Amino acid sequence: MTTRGLPTNEPLPPRFADWFAARGWSPRDHQCQLLALARQEKDALLIAPTGAGKTLAGFLPSLVDLEHKRNRRGLHTLYVSPLKALAVDVERNLQNPIAEMDLAIKVETRTGDTSATKRMRQRRYPPDMLLTTPEQLALLLATPDAEHLFADLRCVIFDELHAIAPSKRGDLLNLGLARLRTFAPMMRATGLSATVRAPEDLQRWLVRQRADDKTHTHLAELIVAPAGAPADLSILDSDNILPWAGHSAAHALREIYEAITKATMTLVFVNTRAQAEYIFQELWRLNDAVLPIALHHGSLDAGQRRKVEAAMAEGRLKAVVCTSTLDLGIDWGAVDLVVNVGAPKGASRLAQRIGRANHRLDEPSRAILVPANRFEVLECHAAVDAARAGIQDTAAPRSGALDVLCQHVLGTACAGPFDPEALYAEITGAAPYAQLSREDFTAALNFAAHGGYALKSYERFAKLRVMPDGRWRIANGRIAQAYRMNCGTIVEADMLKVRLVSSHAKQRQRVGAAKETTRYTGALRRGGRLLGEIEEYFIETLRPRDTFLFGGEILALQEIVADEAHVVRSFAESPKIPSYAGGKFPLSTYLAKRVRELLSDPGEWHHLPEQVVEWLRLQGEVSRLPPPDTLLVETFPRGGQYHLVAYPFEGRLAHQTLGMLLTRRMERAGLQPLGFVANDYALCIWSRADSGAWCLDNQGALANLFAEDMLGDDLEEWLQESALMKRTFRSCAIIAGLIERNFPGKEKGARQVTISTDLIYDVLRRHEPDHILLRAARADAATGLLDLERLGHMLARVRHGILHQPLRHVSPLAVPIMLEIGRELVYGEAQDALLAEAAANLLEEAMDGTP
Amino acid sequence: MKPHSTQTPIPAVLTIAGRNFLADPAGALFLEEDGALIIADLHLEKGSAYASRRVFLPPYDTRQILATLAQLIRLYRPRLVVALGDSFHDTGAGERLGTEERALLASLQQGRDWIWIAGNHDSERPDGIGGQFLDDFSLGAIRLRHICGPLAEGAGELTGHLHPVAKVRGRGGLLRRRCFLSDGRRSILPAFGAYAGGLNIRDEAFSGLFATAEARAHVLGARGVYPFPLQHCLPE
Repeated sequence: MTTRGLPTNEPLPPRFADWFAARGWSPRDHQCQLLALARQEKDALLIAPTGAGKTLAGFLPSLVDLEHKRNRRGLHTLYVSPLKALAVDVERNLQNPIAEMDLAIKVETRTGDTSATKRMRQRRYPPDMLLTTPEQLALLLATPDAEHLFADLRCVIFDELHAIAPSKRGDLLNLGLARLRTFAPMMRATGLSATVRAPEDLQRWLVRQRADDKTHTHLAELIVAPAGAPADLSILDSDNILPWAGHSAAHALREIYEAITKATMTLVFVNTRAQAEYIFQELWRLNDAVLPIALHHGSLDAGQRRKVEAAMAEGRLKAVVCTSTLDLGIDWGAVDLVVNVGAPKGASRLAQRIGRANHRLDEPSRAILVPANRFEVLECHAAVDAARAGIQDTAAPRSGALDVLCQHVLGTACAGPFDPEALYAEITGAAPYAQLSREDFTAALNFAAHGGYALKSYERFAKLRVMPDGRWRIANGRIAQAYRMNCGTIVEADMLKVRLVSSHAKQRQRVGAAKETTRYTGALRRGGRLLGEIEEYFIETLRPRDTFLFGGEILALQEIVADEAHVVRSFAESPKIPSYAGGKFPLSTYLAKRVRELLSDPGEWHHLPEQVVEWLRLQGEVSRLPPPDTLLVETFPRGGQYHLVAYPFEGRLAHQTLGMLLTRRMERAGLQPLGFVANDYALCIWSRADSGAWCLDNQGALANLFAEDMLGDDLEEWLQESALMKRTFRSCAIIAGLIERNFPGKEKGARQVTISTDLIYDVLRRHEPDHILLRAARADAATGLLDLERLGHMLARVRHGILHQPLRHVSPLAVPIMLEIGRELVYGEAQDALLAEAAANLLEEAMDGTP
Repeated sequence: MKPHSTQTPIPAVLTIAGRNFLADPAGALFLEEDGALIIADLHLEKGSAYASRRVFLPPYDTRQILATLAQLIRLYRPRLVVALGDSFHDTGAGERLGTEERALLASLQQGRDWIWIAGNHDSERPDGIGGQFLDDFSLGAIRLRHICGPLAEGAGELTGHLHPVAKVRGRGGLLRRRCFLSDGRRSILPAFGAYAGGLNIRDEAFSGLFATAEARAHVLGARGVYPFPLQHCLPE
């Protein structure tokens, strides 16, 4: 506890001062500073480490303000958290001081779980403080009584702002903030955040943008609480041989288990669900002491997750293996150790995870990093250096997404008629949309009204109509109803429910099925227990009876029935584990740069394990070490094919895109590329023709291969077919409201009457390539699944620095990526080639009579 | 694994009741000796049908279908075009057809016979559309109708209605593509419509229609049509 006193100019009301004193606390500086700013009606951003009393700081000004209610009625303070569970937890924590100080303040939550009656009551008779989520706020703002409900609002608090702001959720929330300001001009905004790279991005997010503020100097006030004790960070120096590739960390499990044994409570963070499943299962194999070790990831059934969270809160668990689902959220005081398995991918992400251990400021958080392969050793070292130096690499601010804008326009209309001029002014007051052109705004209006196509054949069916006074309104009430069903910016991947069916019953069914192959419609269908949800694309890679890990068990797929994957328990010793390339978070630009520097400078190697130093030294002898600002490209023959390995260190997504584009170019150059694999560090393309000789024989060939113009026509051509682009488009179409979330498509048998977004994409791309939805999808592709922005920067960086190293055989540095071949999906490009090959293979099989 | 060229189209010949049809990757069959081009399930004006329920799909589906059809007609110069039903998404489609599209369709019909077979979506004849409207039609021993029905010994059949798609495993993952489903006796054509979804050929709707041993899915690629034995196609 800090004992520093109050600034003399900001006395706490006696009731509050007494409360702090009675608990043996004194208010912290940042709490008083925030109170002082609130009294001046100023918007403010508070950056504080976990355990610094951030939430209380945010609410204190409102509690003080509400001490004497002076005929107040109506909502005073709105609190928005990215997690429903966090809102519920904060409510509990607020009730204590309110009760202990005997304040007459009513606090309520409003989440997806709140009953319809309570919601109705909250709209008519709002509490003093309402704690909610971004999606619920958007819903409230789309109701006709929003204006009345928020008219007396004095304060809005955004918790974990660093996590929400740089996302589409943040865009929608910021548009909501602009709306709130229109209803309640006197309201102030407070942001609570963990340490970020550029606080001014969030400071700007919190204030209304002004058209005359060309230099963007208008910012919310900033308060930075002092950092806690520096974290106690170490990298596991395993006694075992470090793997060349893979993400299982199998070599270090015994050591992880021992660390768990010694700590009170451990959070074991991993990057993917598959990794979580694997490590959970393996820890239990070692768990002779039967320690209570649990599993927590986003695909598990929500009830299951709540149980694990509750057990943690009560201190009944020894360890939890979890994914980023526990990166944010409720404070668990008892956690005293964080183990991060695999590479942390970003310095700020690591700092967040470390912060999950020990929420007491004056004691250091303890964290152990466990690299799962040799490259990850380098990445872990770079991340630890960054954490010690306090360097942050949080996401850059974004310009507001157009699909989110379309949704917001419709939501606004659902609340009541609006004047387009006034709405445009309001929206450009929101930081992500400050630069929004009038043309784009009009495009969003037209999209919301009738799809916004150049061919104006749908106007007679329009959702929005212009009234005689020039204002726009919705055509009828059903549109508002549909909006409420589709509100929000979170579009889940297509998920299948995982249901455990009885294997006994299953066998009986199979006997029956011999006679009656397809007639069975499933009396057993809803019989078994629901285990959770799994990505449809993953299940699609399995065949019936394939085994996989889920919920800590080895399961065998039986069949897929409608939207469910039916499974039975399997007694297989080892499941068919999917090889995940390393999770959805790409390596941050900062860490990538550090890894390149570390790699190229033997002077920095003294901290590295002996095995890694030996590996790098060997690379220097056999080939060369990649220089920091030059792209190393190695070529060598192997197994009758020719391999080209490049080391851009730009993350798997950018490398995948690069791989797609390079193979197209190599195909044109007659090199007959056969496939490629990418990981976070490198890219390997193998071909039938000798790519190495081609590079040597053709002056500048490699520079041309990697020339930036691949982001022009080649990209255009590829986007036409790209499944990733189509997936991106689908999200935009759902968010913008082109199609509804419950748009038919899942029901088996109904497929021939439904329309897939792929077909819509194909038609729109051909006939109206500049349509607002395609522009939205392109903007997403630049930073999302295709990471074009990063690829563009890389190509520019290496424009004059590509180093070709022809080799006679594989280099030490290439071993990890070579090991990924065959485990990873190969990103073949031409579907025709695949079809022809698959058909030819089957033909050969048939002729040989061998499988 | 044999080397393959991705440039040369792979011509596919589908034999139905002893007659050889050319299967085009756009999803049409062409019977050269009769000069007959056969297509199924165009679902013209599906986009505007959705728009009337306020789902604003891009209003270019009809235009795109007719443009693809125009290409086929330029390529094969058919004397006869037969559309196997569900050519119009609903009864109002004829009336909603845009001026340009109407003119394009009329120009395609110019100088050749054109038969619209009735489907379940367009059992009533739409207004202002040229061509003959029939319930079914025969090319010699081959019956052309919307939905599969009983078949005499030695007879053949071409239908639509089910929108067959096949899911096949290739190097690098799964592909789900439209296909012809055929066993030498009958063939179900893929849906030609731009917004027509598809039904997996392993669905029970297809069961009992084909002699399993001979059944092939002729899968549509961008440049060719590729045959797969039915048992190698994956269920959904």
